[in-house]
Amino acid sequence: MAALSSITDAGLVARCRSGDDAAWEELVRRFSRYVLAIAQQAYRLSPADAEDVFQDVFARTYERLGDLRSDDAVRPWIAQLTRRLCIDRIRAGARETADPEAAEAGVDDTLDQLDEALSVQEALESMSEPCRDILDRFFRRDESYAVIGAALGLPSGTIASRISRCLGKLRDLLMEENGPLTRHEE
Amino acid sequence: MFNEERIGELLRALPQVPEAWVQTAAQLPATRRAIEQIAALAEVDAGFREEALRDLEGALERAGLAPSPALVESLRDRL
Repeated sequence: MAALSSITDAGLVARCRSGDDAAWEELVRRFSRYVLAIAQQAYRLSPADAEDVFQDVFARTYERLGDLRSDDAVRPWIAQLTRRLCIDRIRAGARETADPEAAEAGVDDTLDQLDEALSVQEALESMSEPCRDILDRFFRRDESYAVIGAALGLPSGTIASRISRCLGKLRDLLMEENGPLTRHEE
Repeated sequence: MFNEERIGELLRALPQVPEAWVQTAAQLPATRRAIEQIAALAEVDAGFREEALRDLEGALERAGLAPSPALVESLRDRL
């Protein structure tokens, strides 16, 4: 999976379309957190509704990859599909008290933030294994220094400095790839 | 500057997805192929089709698939 994780979105889509099951799995893994975040954070769907939307998004993505006008556009396309399916789910009355129009309030801002988060995730995936692992454990799996230290065979006192060093590398990588994200300049 | 505190927030912003959800989505190509195989056999063998329609869950299990409600519905539609 290492080679696939470094492939571009467009390259991945092309390989999925040619029937490469491993590429499809990578596509699912690459966008799974993003899709769930849209359902949970932007539309506040219940866990059961979020799961239904999640599976529906990937089923439709699989069926309709051939309709994509530009392979580079898979990310906004998946975002739009997820939005539509979340709205459909709300309209279908899965959330009896919810108003679909009210549900759209603030969604654009949340999606901007999630887009940014996905860019950071992609940069993280391109890092060396030790940095990727330690940042993943600390920030995404919420593991303590002690747990990380035990898992990696490191004294827990050194974990903070390793995290800081890896964060610095990740920041440099993001600056290199995207330039400073001016929306969050201080 | 793109500061480290902000990067930390963004790393935390995307939730962990249950592995079972990811596996179900990742196995879509194999699942679709298995359903197509059942459907192809049903087209040429009326007895098989009748049996599969009578026991959709069993047909899926014999094809190596876990018969979730969505999959059962999908096979029913296909047949």
